[in-house]
Amino acid sequence: MTRKGAVESAMRTVLLCAGLASLLIVAMTGIFILREAMPAFREVGVWRLLSGSEWRPGQELYGLLPMIAGSGLVTLGAVCLGLPIALGCGIFLAETAPGWIRGVVKPSIELLAGIPSVVYGLFGLVVLVPAVRGFDYPGNAGFGLLSASIVLAVMILPTIASVSEVAIRSVPDEYRKGALALGSTRWEMIRTVVLPAARSGILSAVVLGLGRAVGETIAMIMVIGNSVMMPSAMGGPLPGIFLSRARTLTGNIAVEMSYATGLHSSALFATGVVLFVLIMLVNSAARALMARNAGGGRG
Amino acid sequence: MNSSVMYAAAVILSTCGAVSAEGITVAGSTTVQPLAEKLALAYETVAPGVTVEISGGGSSVGVTSAGNGSADIGTCSREVTQAEFERFPDLEALCIARDGIAIIVGPDVPVTNLSKSQVRDIFAGDITDWSEVGGPSEPILLVSREEGSGTRAAFENIVLADAALISGAAVLQPSNGAIVTTVATTPYSIGYVSFGYLDGSVTALSINGVAATVENALAARYPIVRPLLMLTDGEPSPAVRGWLDFIMSPAGQSIVESEGYLSVGPVE
Repeated sequence: MTRKGAVESAMRTVLLCAGLASLLIVAMTGIFILREAMPAFREVGVWRLLSGSEWRPGQELYGLLPMIAGSGLVTLGAVCLGLPIALGCGIFLAETAPGWIRGVVKPSIELLAGIPSVVYGLFGLVVLVPAVRGFDYPGNAGFGLLSASIVLAVMILPTIASVSEVAIRSVPDEYRKGALALGSTRWEMIRTVVLPAARSGILSAVVLGLGRAVGETIAMIMVIGNSVMMPSAMGGPLPGIFLSRARTLTGNIAVEMSYATGLHSSALFATGVVLFVLIMLVNSAARALMARNAGGGRG
Repeated sequence: MNSSVMYAAAVILSTCGAVSAEGITVAGSTTVQPLAEKLALAYETVAPGVTVEISGGGSSVGVTSAGNGSADIGTCSREVTQAEFERFPDLEALCIARDGIAIIVGPDVPVTNLSKSQVRDIFAGDITDWSEVGGPSEPILLVSREEGSGTRAAFENIVLADAALISGAAVLQPSNGAIVTTVATTPYSIGYVSFGYLDGSVTALSINGVAATVENALAARYPIVRPLLMLTDGEPSPAVRGWLDFIMSPAGQSIVESEGYLSVGPVE
């Protein structure tokens, strides 16, 4: 074998090892969390962990339902608030923005993605929580799902905006020309041709945003109140549920981990397993959607 | 380059030597941690060659580390529970200081005094409106520490007498500092913190008519006071004994007082 050939095959092995290392790290992390969570799964039971509505480690009560509901609702709120703006942003950048405005808006969206989450949390604590407290509603203290949803909406905006911009941009120009030639206005073309063609790309942008939302920790701890309670409308109309305090799955771990021992600590690892599975589901959904998108684009 | 390697090796070797000669490891309560650090610093100047290494983890970690020997001293900012003594029967607890827990309210609350049972009913969620304790007709917002915190455990033990539970509706904040900030900025809120964290931004309530001051706590008039403990597994080693003796000496107790805690012996 020549010297060149030897370098080639050596490099191939090195790169293979690098690839396997990331796989190994994910596997080891999963196995470790699962192993630490086993005592909780055994002693409390998977079903009681997932469906129990009481979390009182001092009383040996470990129910994750309030936190699952909290994470779910805050993510829903963030998507409802953030999606219209993020999608509008993506459409604007891909379709209608003049070059120089795009040159300003795009870097600022990228900057938004780079701001550390604790800064968003601080902003929420100092500005949003007192503002939300202004709503005259029984039980409203400012801390809660609404403040958290607004913070999270801003945090997922860059992800959804930039991924959907790419998806819209990848719609072939012939589609646009065809629609305009048939007499559509600009907006009709975007609404009836471009957006449907970019649909699966936009969906995967949303799912990626969901993944970021579910995993956010520190900003949530700062504004959501961290109360262990099932979110409820507190006797008012249903949307009032967003003024309720709650706790997220990530917050449950971060708030209590430093002091937890024994079964309590294991139950927090079990919280981690639930998060792990949730993120895995969200990521596979995103992958599936993106694969379909790539296939559709070529066809 | 060679000489710098030699130098690094020498530094590493000499540090190892010092640690193995007179090293004391401490783990546990984050309330005791800053005080222990001051006490360690002062002791290291009077007893050269001794190094004290302090880490946090919380009161439960303190009990466990002392019990299983992973630290020479475990610190704890609440009473050791019966269950913990059953698990580690050789634990010896030394009360090095005491700490008052103040009930604090934000600037909008005109109430200045509560009875201990009113505080209990408020935190248990039985009293939910300030009008029930002489304030305006506004709902009470509870602010509490998280499960596992020594301050919370001491509060539950002393005020709720372990019979009631802190209401699930309470806003939870993971540190004393965050509790003060939240109470100071949230109208009609109430929380509890260690005396050491009181500042002008919040009002500390009188309990049963007794103001939350160090003097009242020292005179055993203020009712919400907890011990700060140093735990060892059986008889401490001479090195550890030396430090504990220093802490209980007038010099050590003066440091306790200057840090805002209640001394348990004569001061200088």
